[in-house]
This record gives sequence, C-alpha cells and structure tokens, in this order.
Amino acid sequence: MRELTFLLRKEFLQIFRNKLILRMIFALPLIQLILLPYAATYEIKNITLSIVDNDHSEQSRRLINKFTSSGYFRLTDNSATYNQALDKVEKDEADLIVVIPQEFERDLIRQSESTIMIAANAISGQTAGLAVAYSNSIIKDFNNEIRTEWLPQSRFNTIPVIEITNSNWFNTQMNYKDFIVPGVLALLVTLVGYLMSALNIVKEKEVGTIEQLNVSPIKKYQFVLSKLIPFWVLGLAVMTIGFIMSFVVYGIYPEGHFWVGYLFAGVYLIALLGFGLLTSIFAETQQQAMFIAYFFMLVFILLGGLFSPTENMPDWARYLTYINPVSYLIEVMRMLVLKGSSFWDLRLHFLVVTGFAIFFNGLAIYKYKKTN
Amino acid sequence: MNKEIVIKTDKLTKRFGDFIAVNEISFEVYKGEIFGFLGANGAGKTTAMKMLIGISKPSSGNAAIAGYDVYKQTELIKRNIGYMSQKFSLYEDLTIKENIQLFGGIYGLSDDQIKTKGESLIEKLGLQDEADKLVVSLPLGWKQKLAFSIAILHQPKIVFLDEPTGGVDPITRRQFWDMIYEAADNGITVFVTTHYMDEAEYCHRVSIMVDGVIQALDSPEGLKMRYNAQSMEEVFLMLARGAKRSD
Amino acid sequence: MKQLLIFIRKEFRHILRDYRSMLVLLGLPIVQLLIFGFAITNETRNSSIAILDNAKDETTQKIITKFENSRYFDIDRTLTTNEQIEAAFKSGKIKLAIVFQSNFQNELAHANKAQIQLIADATDPNQATTLVNYASSIIMDYQNELNETNKLPYTIKTETRMLYNPQLKGAYTSVPGVMGMILLLISAMMTSIAIVKEKELGTMEILLVSPMKPWLVILSKAIPYFIISLINVATILILSVFILGLPIQGSLTLLILATVIYIFCALSLGLLISTITETQQEAMLISLLGLMMPVVMLSGYAFPIANMPFVLQALSNVVPAKWYIVIVKGIMIKGIGISQIWKELLILLVMTVLFLTISIKRFKIRL
Repeated sequence: MRELTFLLRKEFLQIFRNKLILRMIFALPLIQLILLPYAATYEIKNITLSIVDNDHSEQSRRLINKFTSSGYFRLTDNSATYNQALDKVEKDEADLIVVIPQEFERDLIRQSESTIMIAANAISGQTAGLAVAYSNSIIKDFNNEIRTEWLPQSRFNTIPVIEITNSNWFNTQMNYKDFIVPGVLALLVTLVGYLMSALNIVKEKEVGTIEQLNVSPIKKYQFVLSKLIPFWVLGLAVMTIGFIMSFVVYGIYPEGHFWVGYLFAGVYLIALLGFGLLTSIFAETQQQAMFIAYFFMLVFILLGGLFSPTENMPDWARYLTYINPVSYLIEVMRMLVLKGSSFWDLRLHFLVVTGFAIFFNGLAIYKYKKTN
Repeated sequence: MNKEIVIKTDKLTKRFGDFIAVNEISFEVYKGEIFGFLGANGAGKTTAMKMLIGISKPSSGNAAIAGYDVYKQTELIKRNIGYMSQKFSLYEDLTIKENIQLFGGIYGLSDDQIKTKGESLIEKLGLQDEADKLVVSLPLGWKQKLAFSIAILHQPKIVFLDEPTGGVDPITRRQFWDMIYEAADNGITVFVTTHYMDEAEYCHRVSIMVDGVIQALDSPEGLKMRYNAQSMEEVFLMLARGAKRSD
Repeated sequence: MKQLLIFIRKEFRHILRDYRSMLVLLGLPIVQLLIFGFAITNETRNSSIAILDNAKDETTQKIITKFENSRYFDIDRTLTTNEQIEAAFKSGKIKLAIVFQSNFQNELAHANKAQIQLIADATDPNQATTLVNYASSIIMDYQNELNETNKLPYTIKTETRMLYNPQLKGAYTSVPGVMGMILLLISAMMTSIAIVKEKELGTMEILLVSPMKPWLVILSKAIPYFIISLINVATILILSVFILGLPIQGSLTLLILATVIYIFCALSLGLLISTITETQQEAMLISLLGLMMPVVMLSGYAFPIANMPFVLQALSNVVPAKWYIVIVKGIMIKGIGISQIWKELLILLVMTVLFLTISIKRFKIRL
C-alpha cells in the first residue's frame, strides 16, 4: 500500500504539471458541451422549400401559407415548373419541392379528390424523412380544415372515428438539446478517460522510464492501480464539470439521484480505463496508441446510439451494441437525467458494466508483463 | 578481497527465434567488486544484463543474483538490486526531490530515511539550489550522477549500470567513477557495461563479449598481459575484430 | 531527384514497419463505411412498445394484431394498470405505450367515437415523432378499413418522391463524409505528427544539415501519406460502388481532380500544424480538437448545417472538409459538372495556398 501512495503521488504530479493535458481536460468539456448540442441537432427546422403552384387559387395559397407558418419550412423559391425547382435542389437551394397541380381547387370540389406531389432531397435520409412527415401532417391538417368547413356537421357524425391523443413523456417540450446533452456528457467522460489512459503507459514505454519501474519491486497490481486511480478521479471530475455546465448553459438538472449517476460512472470508468490500459500495453508508440484509440472511439461512438437509435440497427449491429460499453453509459445518462430512473431500474446496466470492468482489468493485469 | 559470490551464471542463454543473442555465458562476480561488462554494439551485453535484473526470461541456463534464482525469484532480485538504464530513466517532469521520494518510496524506505538520505544525496551532489527544479532542466552529466545516486539510494547489494556515461564530458565521467568507487567501498557490487576502454581500466575485472559469447574474463592487467597489449583498447580490438555481427 | 527518392523510401519504411497504425489507417475507412452503410439506418423497425388494453374486446384485439404484424413495432409487454406505464418506461427499452379506453368497441359502435392514447418516450424527440406517426397511421388504416363503404369526401392525396436516394440509404451522406474525414486524418494529422516526431527526437536537425533542401525533406514526408490517401480513396470508391450500391453519376476524372486538390489542402494544413507545435502530443491534440471535431461537427457530414445557429454556419465556411463534401456529393450523387462546383474548388485552392504560405514563412523563421 505504501508503494502505491508514492506511485499515485507521481502520477498526479505529472498530470497537473502537464499544461496541455489540463487544458484539454477543461477545454474539451467546454467546447463540446457548448458547441455540440447546437451543431449536432437533428431538430429539423428551416427546411428550404420550393413551391410550384400551378393552380394559383385561394385554396392553393392557403395551403402554401400553412407550410410557411408551420415553423418547419422556409420558402426560398417559387418556380414555374417542376424541372426548374429540381434545378434549385441540385444547387442546394431547396430541400423539398411541393407541386400543386393545375385545377387543384376545382378538382377537389368537383371530383372530391386531388393529388399533391412532394419531392425531397433524400441524400440525407433523416432530413428527408422528417421533411416529408411534416408535410404530410400539414396537408392532413389542411384537409381536415376544409372538410369541417365544407361538410355538413350531420354527415361527419355518422362515421365512426377513432380519436388518437398523444402525449410525450420525460421531454414534454420535445427539446432536442435535452436529449443530446446527457449523451454528450457520456461522450466527454469517455473521451477524456480513454484517451488519457491509452496514452499513458505507452508514453513511459517510449521515454524508457517504464524499465526503471519494471526492475523495481513494485507489484503488477500496484502499477495498474497507480495508472487507474488518477484517471478515475479525473473522469469523475470532468463529469462534475459537465453536470455543472449543462445546468448553467441549458438548465438541465437530472431527474434521478446524483449518487446513482456517480456510482454508475465510477464502475464504467474502471471498465473504460482498463480498456485504455490494454490499448496502452498493446501499442508501442504514442502515435500507435492514438490511432488504435481513435479507431475504437469512432466505432464505439457510432454504434453507441448517440445520434441514431440503436434499435433501428440490423440484428448484427444491435448485438455489437451489447458489448459496447459506451452505449451503456449513454443510455444510463439519458435514463437518469430525463426519466429519473433509479438504481433498481438500472440494475442490469450495472451488472453488465461491472462485468466489463472485471474483464478488461483482469486482462490488463495479465497482459502487462514486467518480464519478456 | 572478500570472495563472497553475488552473481553466478551457468550457461545462461537467450534466443530470439533462430538468433542466439546470448550464448551459454558462465561467470561469477564477487561482493564489492567493480565488474566491467564489455562488448561491441550488438554483442549481447544489454540482453544479458536484462536477464540478470529479472526483466527478461532466459531461454536456458541458470543464474543466481544475490542468491536468488532468475527464473523464480525475480521479485526478490528486484528488492536487492539497483539499475540505471542506457536511456535516461528519471522522470523529467518531476523535480529532483520528487524523483528521490518516488524511488525511495518504491523501494520501501521509510519517510525518515527518504528525508535524511535524500538531503545528504542532494548535498553531496551540490544540487541544493536545484532540488525543486524539474529534472528536464538539468545538464546531462548531472542527470547521470543523480540517476546513479538514486539507483543506490536503497543500499542495494548490486547495482547494474548500462552504459552510464554515454555522451558526458571527461571531467564528469571522472567524477562519476569516483562515485562508483565510493559505492564499491560501501560494499555495493557494481556491474557496469561501457564503450569507453579507459573506463574498462578502472574495473577490478572485465569480461569481453563477442557475438553473444564471453571471449575473455580477467583483471585489466591480466588481459593486457595475456594479449601482450599496451591498453585495454588494444585487447578489445584484437578480440572484437573477429565479430560477425554489429548493429 | 535521386536524393528525394531515397528519402521517400525511408519514410515509407517508417510507415510500413508500424503495421498497427497501417492497419488502422487502411481499415478505418472500410469499417466506417460498413457501419454507415449497413448499421446506421433511418428506417424505424422493431421498436419496443407496451400495450394497456382497458377494453379487451374484439376491436382492440384486431388493432393489436395490426401492431403485432407491423415491422415497425415489437410488442414487448402487456400492461394491466396505468401505474405500470411509468415503470415500464423507466426500466425498459419501451419507446411507446398504447392505451385503449375501456368499452372501446361499444363506444365506437354507438357513440361513433373511441379513444386511443399514445404515450411516447420523448427522450429522443425525433424518434418519438416518428413512432407516433407510424402508430397513428396503423390506427388510421384500421379506421379506413371500417369505413371502406363510407368514404370521406374532399380528399387530398399526396405522392412522394425521394430524390437521388429513394431507399433513404445512410451511405449517401456518409460516403462523402467519410472521404472528407479520412483524408484529413491521414494527410493532415499523420503528416504533422511525422514531422513533429523528428523535431522531438532531434533527428530533424540531422536531416536539415544534410545537403537536402529543407522543402525536399518536407516533401518526402508528405508523399507517402499522399499515396496512402489515394489508396484510401480508391478503397472507399470501390466499396461504395460495389458493396453499398452508390452511383458515381458525374465525371470520375473531376472527382479525382477535386480529391487531389483536397489532399493538397490537408497536407498543407498538416505542415502548418507541424510548424506551430513542438511535441507529438501537442500535434495530436491540435489535430483532434482543431481538425477532427470541426470536421465531424461543422462539415455537414454528420449534421445538416442549415439547422445550426448562424455563428456555427459562418464558422463552417472555414472548414475545408465542408467544401469538399459539397463537391463530392455534387459529382457522385447529383452528377453535376465543373460549371456548378468551380467556386468550391477555387475556395479549396485558395485555402491551400494560404496554409502553405503561412507555414513556409514560419518554417523559415525557425531555421
């Protein structure tokens, strides 16, 4: 134990002496928490809209009005033909084209039916999907409006109607930032913890100081612990900064108990740091460690459900998310912050992450050889 | 001289695949001796030394360091030796005092011991004004002397020095050797590899390794006499000329 | 020339010897493309839902069967009380709860009106919107079947076209993005680290006192990464055409030309970074914070720029990857020609010249 305290003192001294690392620890949360929620928004607004109105009737103007006043669309173009509008899409000046046919109003009244064409730039499937969904609901609303105006009340009541009411729980304002911020917080803790632990041992290898430790009588577990504990403390410190920032900047305060969050992050960090140490033991130079870390970070984050829901993934990818530690932290952060889930609600998550912690650290201690 | 044996190797060998880096070397080193371990680059010195200090497992053969077996008792060996590597191995981003505390602590010295020994070490090296400065700011010669002092801070039975004076000026080298003699007088056995043949003259006994094999082992005087040479350099060139491998 | 070749060979040896990094460099784009191409989709499927059926009659059973048969939903659990809804949300992966009013069938038959409540887990607002839409349309379908004989008048139908990417494949946005990112990673980050590493280890001085001209030293460091970048471009294009089924609508020559310009831009950026940093760690962190994050966040690769606040939109203009991604999207997917992308190409060229000028100036000062 006494040896460990000396090693720990050394690690902390080194961390706090490295201005670059300190700057990273404080700059990263600031930049990410301030920029990312604004940049990483799938809250789709301001979809640029090109309208081809071939009817120029009262009803067509009324429909256009409904589009522009919905808050989702920004009318940037009025083209005479569909092809002209297509040209605008090609130049990225419009995302969505709405074509109102000739005789739209007359057909609607006389034939009781008319068709509107919607064309979306689907290069980004997500934007296109939502843009079409918004358009459909605007048109449906419009449709209901004219029906109530034109139909006699009695006729309406003879048809059985299923009334659908809808309520949104946990994020009643449907605020996209409330969704993204806890995820970014998880990302932050992961980035700092993993990168720093991955680069640490390999640096001692590159500089040659590790040999001096290898010939000394310190035990393997003491060495591994001396590398784990400082980054564990740092990781939790970064999380604290993150919680404070998200409260100050976004007014987000967790629904659940803080201790559940810290307990989970504590276990998670042990697992993550174990993985970082493994990376560090495996790599020979800092450059290599950086690349390996970069690779895993990217895969973990892409498959972690930060931006795209994991349940939409095909089965093989969904199974991969079960062994992806990052996806657990992202999920737990969201459940804790937005839903206020309790320890008991999260017991399975705790169990899995504890398993990760034992596995990665066991492997790291086993793989770290003082002798070769 | 006291003839107590502190290092004993018997046909110690290290292979990397087909390549035999160290080929059945056998020798003994006595307590309080300054033992020079010479050889050209690539002769296998560093590999042999790594087996002796317990960070590299031998392929075959036996060795006992301070009475402990290099296969089974590496952790006990580590308690009883000091080591200073070819690469400079103090933490450059820690101060002199912090390095002393760290290595003193790792080797199990008490707080009092660290304090008194550390202070006398700093005083002896004349580093009082630099004690709270980062090691990175010290000139190379001072770093080497400091590294050596820290390597023997815990009074090891044997200290292993891997080319300790590389790149320093002749005066500092001279001072460094004074420190080595002092350590040997205090009963610490010194096992040192070096390139400098004038340094070889300072050793009590030297071995010369060529292509993984010990070609000669005797006192500098004995070797010079046997090979009818004026200096160790001549002896070395005579033996090393036959070498097949180099860096 | 001969000297240059010798140096390039030296650099290649350094790079090839480090097989782990090579594996990452060459494997990363492949893995990324496969993840984007196959794992990340915008298609909703198998979302877990819970059902609270307070009526348990024939009609509600029919509607539930419709949900069971839908590929969008998996009925994860059946609830019996209102209180269970919240618990189900808090512990499980339930995204939507469907609540039928009691006496559903009777109300519908006699009062012509019955209620279904959809409760969405709005943690992810977009997903909530999408799921509620799907659920509503399933219920509407059922209602329309009921009223088949009794059709509603004044119906506005819609016909939807998904331009360029009818199947809403994720690959359409990701291929240009992956190209923009990976080329920057290799050309800028690797080059800067490679140069700074020589500075850190002191070997740069040895190179600079050799009869080689300094710019040749730098060039010899850049060329291997240039070649690796081209290999990556080839892998990405081959994969995206043959495995992801992405078209190259426009001219391949133009695409390659634009890519080469972009690689030059990235290389000069790497050079610039190497002149302002002293250690590898610094170079890595600056590359990571100063290059990778802006590329991921502000290039339009992951998130649509149009939705960002004005400040970020303005900031995105100085990110070279943004312009490159516009070009690649234009050529590959829309099939447009040089007349519509010359502006973007020019911007990249100007940026390259700017980065080069600054770094040459700084380089001279240091020597």
